[in-house]
Amino acid sequence: MKMRYASRALIGIMHREMLRLVGQRGRLAAAVVRPLVWLGIFAVGFRSVLGLSIIPPYQTYILYEVYIVPGLVGMMLLFHGMQSSLSMVYDREMGSMRVLLTAPLPRWWLLGARLLANTVTVLPIVYLFLVLARFWDVRPPALGYLAAMPALGLAGLMLAAFGLALSSMIRQLENFAGVMNFVIFPLFFASTALYPLWRLEEVSPILAAIAGLNPFSHAVELIRFALYLRFEPVALAVCILALAVFFALGVWGYDPGRGFWARRIAKGA
Amino acid sequence: MTALAIDNLSHGFGGRRALSEVNLSVEPGSFAVLLGPNGAGKTTLISLVTGLYNAQHGDIRIFGHSIRRDPLPALARLGVVFQMPTLDLDLTVGQNLTYHGALHGLSRREARERARDELERFGIGDRQGDKVRSLSGGLRRRVEIARALLHRPRLLIVDEATAGLDLAARQLLLTHVRDLCRNGLGVLWATHMLGEVEPSDQLVVLHQGRVHWDGRAGDLAPSAALEAAFLRITGGPS
Repeated sequence: MKMRYASRALIGIMHREMLRLVGQRGRLAAAVVRPLVWLGIFAVGFRSVLGLSIIPPYQTYILYEVYIVPGLVGMMLLFHGMQSSLSMVYDREMGSMRVLLTAPLPRWWLLGARLLANTVTVLPIVYLFLVLARFWDVRPPALGYLAAMPALGLAGLMLAAFGLALSSMIRQLENFAGVMNFVIFPLFFASTALYPLWRLEEVSPILAAIAGLNPFSHAVELIRFALYLRFEPVALAVCILALAVFFALGVWGYDPGRGFWARRIAKGA
Repeated sequence: MTALAIDNLSHGFGGRRALSEVNLSVEPGSFAVLLGPNGAGKTTLISLVTGLYNAQHGDIRIFGHSIRRDPLPALARLGVVFQMPTLDLDLTVGQNLTYHGALHGLSRREARERARDELERFGIGDRQGDKVRSLSGGLRRRVEIARALLHRPRLLIVDEATAGLDLAARQLLLTHVRDLCRNGLGVLWATHMLGEVEPSDQLVVLHQGRVHWDGRAGDLAPSAALEAAFLRITGGPS
């Protein structure tokens, strides 16, 4: 593989994803409005119900809005990752995935480039949300925004890789819509996005154990700690491991000798 | 060197055999028509040739490179127009072509220049800035062929590209691709339309996953009698 060719392909894939996202104004608006609704309505309503003690990385008592923002950022990455993989199923059904997969580059590179493109395109939207969150007095240190970037990148890649693995196992768009509901909501609610682990332990140790194992929780914690200039090694390790596993599964699923393409029934053969 | 060499290719899905012991070759500069009724195995064959998935038995070589063992140089020499439209409807014609160029290692400038040249050759140079969604079916097919030729492949595979096109659009596409053959491009043209076959073409008749005829179309039957010969081979009404 020549690196010059490979990097041109990567840039081409990124450019295409950017153009597609900019063209989908409704999706863009929803991506920003969705977490704002959670922050502006849900979080305000729950502020009085959920008292929070001082927990790392925070050094004082915090408002619920402050707690929930990293979780909402995780939700944005999760939704974006799932929508991107949904678009991969759509591309596969509509045929444009064939254009990608018949390019003279290794499949792992093409799929990795697609993941990276998906992640890079969502970052400006996440930062827009973080800036808007300042109106709700969610104000991490200025350097935290910079420190959060690698955490956002890793979490975004991990969630997009999860979507890639899912998309490689699902044959039709209709099936994927169902899986979205069975995946997004459990991942989101059984995590530390909305409630800290100690709160979950008080009400349900089983749910707390699930949330502790949920890679999405670790993605959220990685972002939360980075935003407040703290390093969370366990969350980092889990995110890297999950990214490797999901990506390997996705590449396996799209391998010409195994996985989806080999199993598929050729339509109109 | 042979542009496309398929040796003893067999593939199945579950218990169903889609292709059985298929052998065929396409030389550079030749126009080979892969003719078969719906369900003959044409699309499966093309999916295997383009490396979308691997064949269970047999080998496929493109200019000597095995698609299974050495896929990257094989794919670099290959241009494909799939049966299913594969253009991004919400991007412009130019954006679709430069994306394809990037996937084949072309710089943006090279891709833009080649896109302009290819589109002009197809008489649609002025549509570069138009969204694909606004184009007719015939124009979209022309864009797809222009895109498949952008990286200057030496073998072009076209899967039922004329399905759904009117007579004039079909003729235009065929004439253009035949012209390219004269300049050395090898073409495998899959179709189920007998009207697209000329007597001098290499004709491969595929039926129920097997090759039933491989030779000059004119040797099978004169143009007027081709339909009867095809129906005889494929067991249709005579």
